[in-house]
This record gives sequence, structure tokens and C-alpha cells, in this order.
Amino acid sequence: MAQLKAGARLKSAVCATEVIVIAAPAAGADVQCGGAAMLAAGEQAPAGAALDEAAAAGTTLGKRYVSPAGDLELLCTKPGKGSLAVGGTPLVLKEAKPLPSSD
Amino acid sequence: MNLMMLLEMATDGFGDRVAVQNGSDRFTYAELFAAAGAAADIVAVSGAARLAVLDVNSLAVPLGLFTAAWAGIPFVPLNYRLTGAELDALLGSIAPAYLVTDAERAGTLAGAVQTVVAREAFLQNGRAAKTRAPEWSMDADAIAILLFTSGTTGAPKAAVLRQKHLVSYIFGSVEFGGAAEEDAALVSVPPYHIAGMAAILSSVYSGRRVVQLTSFDAETWVTTARAERVTHAFVVPTMLTRIVDVLVRDGVTLPHLRALSYGGGKMPQPVIERAMALMPETAFTNAYGLTETSSTITVLGPDDHRAAAASDDAGVRRRIVSVGRALPSIELEVRDEEGRVCTVGVSGEIHVRGEQVSGEYLGLASRLTSDGWFPTRDAGALDPEGYLFLEGRIDDVIVRGGENLSPGEIEEVLLAHPSVADCAVVGVADVQWGEAVAAVVVLHVGRAAEPDELREWVKARLRSSRAPGHVEFREELPYNETGKLLRRKLRDELARRA
Repeated sequence: MAQLKAGARLKSAVCATEVIVIAAPAAGADVQCGGAAMLAAGEQAPAGAALDEAAAAGTTLGKRYVSPAGDLELLCTKPGKGSLAVGGTPLVLKEAKPLPSSD
Repeated sequence: MNLMMLLEMATDGFGDRVAVQNGSDRFTYAELFAAAGAAADIVAVSGAARLAVLDVNSLAVPLGLFTAAWAGIPFVPLNYRLTGAELDALLGSIAPAYLVTDAERAGTLAGAVQTVVAREAFLQNGRAAKTRAPEWSMDADAIAILLFTSGTTGAPKAAVLRQKHLVSYIFGSVEFGGAAEEDAALVSVPPYHIAGMAAILSSVYSGRRVVQLTSFDAETWVTTARAERVTHAFVVPTMLTRIVDVLVRDGVTLPHLRALSYGGGKMPQPVIERAMALMPETAFTNAYGLTETSSTITVLGPDDHRAAAASDDAGVRRRIVSVGRALPSIELEVRDEEGRVCTVGVSGEIHVRGEQVSGEYLGLASRLTSDGWFPTRDAGALDPEGYLFLEGRIDDVIVRGGENLSPGEIEEVLLAHPSVADCAVVGVADVQWGEAVAAVVVLHVGRAAEPDELREWVKARLRSSRAPGHVEFREELPYNETGKLLRRKLRDELARRA
């Protein structure tokens, strides 16, 4: 599995989605967007990569997505057509309890 | 990570909203983004190693902050009250720098650092947006802000806040686009205060319009809050005291103000209770944080305020003077002098750990422990539910005959006396005890109290060793402009006279 660190950026191989890693399991994780493995900054999409229509619910700017186990959390910094998954399991939108504004 | 991510997301999400306004002058998010790109190009060409702003709250502050992030150099907001040798020393320490200041100073300071530019020219160059710097670096360890600390405890030092600290703080505590279109935050703390920096970043990420007050003045604050339909604001305790006085004197209300947060110093209980009674519709939040922790680390939220005010339980009521509980992204422990974690209710030094915690000063070794904990030098104690009660700086602890006395504990008791409006407790040298307790007291207008009466008052509520041997009455206590009590000044004055 790919090593992932908080603060790392990933981009979709098949749509405009970009995310930043907020939390990741120590063992690493294989993150997909739109059905294809996400890329690190500077990596090129493999030839012929295309959006999987079964993973095209889309991502929303500024929203957080978490794995069902809760050990992986991604923040969407650029939205796109693909939806996020880890090891084939879709991530779910995290409904954060807003903190009171402190500054 | 880079602070520009926050502004880029805001521009993508709601670029046409007003990001910041100062009088009739304003930037939308998209305009601020474009101006930062253009200014970053100019600053990069100048070869400056730092971008400094020596100014009151103006549009040059947010523009300077994001321009520096884009250009990959530290942003240095300087105290505009500094003059002469003090200012020269700071400027010398940050050269070669690109300095933005008001037109008058731009003339006198020319040549002090590498490049000196008047505020209006800086804004104009940004607005013209003729060129754009190349893509910003995502180096998370790059320095985002150098903030010279207020220096109430010694010579100024520059706290180092890296991109990762500030971006983590915002990601961990603010919901992207969480503000409604009509929301507006009134920013009156000066730009060289961490709360001034945090206010810009939080507002940008949440999509809340920043309304700048050039510098704080209670009448203008109230007038602006009403005219601009301000919904959110942050104030230091001394500001709230004066705002409440103006509201009462003029008989006006702040109908749009939904949330008022405060911090940066000890809030006297009578002041917050008076403010809550006067503004029943406003949600109050007490925030505790340090420059070295990228602003807030604990909050006492609106629900906590209401619960404390409504409770019959003395333990819950007392929470109104606590600073609340640690943010979810922060670990907090109170430890004794041996480094052991204190049990509930026992005082010790507050330690925190988290992505937003820097604990670093320019040119000095990191203050973080090897496992990432930051010893804050603030004393405090936790209650059973994790509410934190501050007791002042560790360095202010009075050691009397081998016993450690907390000034905060004694001050809290003195403030509860009906005649006492404000007070400060400090240690003074004493032949018999090493240090003795001295109290400097401000009485309410028209009220009286004798030193012996106050001694007995403390003795009846705390152990007799806490009773101040020396009591002095004054018209007011010395605070700096951001509401921090100048304890060292008081201590020095008392020592000189002894």
C-alpha cells in the first residue's frame, strides 16, 4: 500500500479533483478517485485512464471525506466528477460539528 | 501546504464575495488573489528575504500576508507604535526586507531595509495585476509568519509560524465556506497580534467578510458594528469593558452581532456577566491560545457560557472564568515540576501538542519536547470535565518561604470583593520569606476598602500565606494596547520603591 502522510496532496488521474490528506492510517492506503488510483504531485496519469461511471458521484470543494473505519480523512481542495474511495470502498462525506468561531 | 491554498479555495468557491473592506476600500476574494499574484512577482524580483508591514489595520495587511505566502518568504507584521531605536533594531533583524508602510513613514524609513513602499503604491501595484508570480511552493516547513511577541516578559523575540502550523490550524478549526453571504467579522486587534492574523485566515476560509477597524476605539467599534451589520467579532478583555460602557452610556444595541469571541488576557467575571446580560442574543466564546500555538487551543463555547450562567452547581458556575476545553485537534495536559501529569484540580504547567503548535523562536532551539509537546509556561488546572482554569505565567508564580503561590488564584478572590474593580498580585523581594505577596488594587468609583480588610478577605477564603502583606491602591493598572497586564512593570516599580 502507498504510504500517506498528513499534509500530502493527491490529484485524480481521471478528473479535476485534488485533495489534501488530513489523516491517514499508519499502514498507508490506496486512494482512488473516479475508479482510478490517485496521483502524487508531479505524477502523470497512465495512458487511457478514464472515469468509471460507477464512481462518478463527484467531489465538493472544501468538504471532508472519511473511510468507514475513520482512519483516512481527505479534504477536497479542487472539485471534480469522480468520487473518492480507499481500496475500492467509497469514502463518505464527513459531517463536522462546527466549532464556535474563536477569532 | 501553503496559506495560498486557503485563498485559492475561497476564490474558487465564492470569488465575488467581499473578502475584506476598510472604509469604502475593498477586495473581493478574486481581486485579493490576483493582487497577491502580482505583488508576489514584484516582491520576488526585489530579492527581499521577508515582507514586512508596518501599518495600522489596512488592506495592505491581508494583501501582504498572501503575497508573502505566494512569494515563499515570511510575512512580518510590525507594531506600528514602535519608533526610534526599538524599530531600527527590528528592521535591522529582518533585512533584506520589502517593507510596506504608511506614506509618511515610507519617506523617513527609506533605506532602512532593502525596499520601502508606501501602502497605496503596494495596493495599486497589486490591483494593476500586470504580471503574476509563478506557482507558489507547497513546502509545508517554509515560514509563513514571523511574529514579534509583545515583550511583556522581556526583549522581543520572533515566534516562527510555518505554513503547516497555520494551514493545520485553519483546517482543524474552521468549516470551509461555513459563513453565510451576509456574515461580517469586525477586526480591531492590531495586525501584529496573532489574533489579527488568525482572524484574516479564519474569515477567508469560512467566506466571512472582514471589516477592518484601523485601530481600536470603543465608539468607532460600536458605530461600525451597527453600520456594517457585523455578525462576528473578536475582542480582548479591555476592549469589551469599554464597548459595554459605550453601549450602556448611549443606550444602543448590536442587533446583528451573533457571535462575540474574546481572549488575549484574563476576562474579569463582572465584565463578561455584564456583557452577557446586555447582549442576551449574542453567543459568547472565550478562546485561549498563544502566538506559538497559531492562536486558539481551547474554547469555552456559547453553550458553556449559558450552562455556567444558568447552573446552581458552584463547579459549573465557576466555568464562566475558565477558558473551556481543548480543540479536538489539540492534546492538552497539566504537568507538575517533575513532568508528571497532574490529577484533576491540581495546578501545574500547561502542555499542548498538535499540528498547529510551533513552539519555536527565530534563531533559538525549538521549545518542543522530543515527542512534540510544547510547555506553554502558563500555569493552570483542569476540572473533572476537562475545563481549563488559567493561573497566570509560571514565571509569575510567587515563591514565599518555599511555598508556590499563584497570583491568579489570589486575584480571583480579590476581584470577588465588592469594592475591587481590578487588581494584580505580584511577588516582591522579602528578607524573611524570599518573596512576599503584594497586591495592587483598583477600587470601584465611590467604593472604599482598607488594606487590612482585603487581607482578611483573602485569609478567610485561602490560606493565610496568600494574604497580601503589601496592598497598594491605584487609579488603574498598566496594560499594553492589546490588553496584557504589564506585570514586570509593576514588579519593577514596587521593587524600586521598596
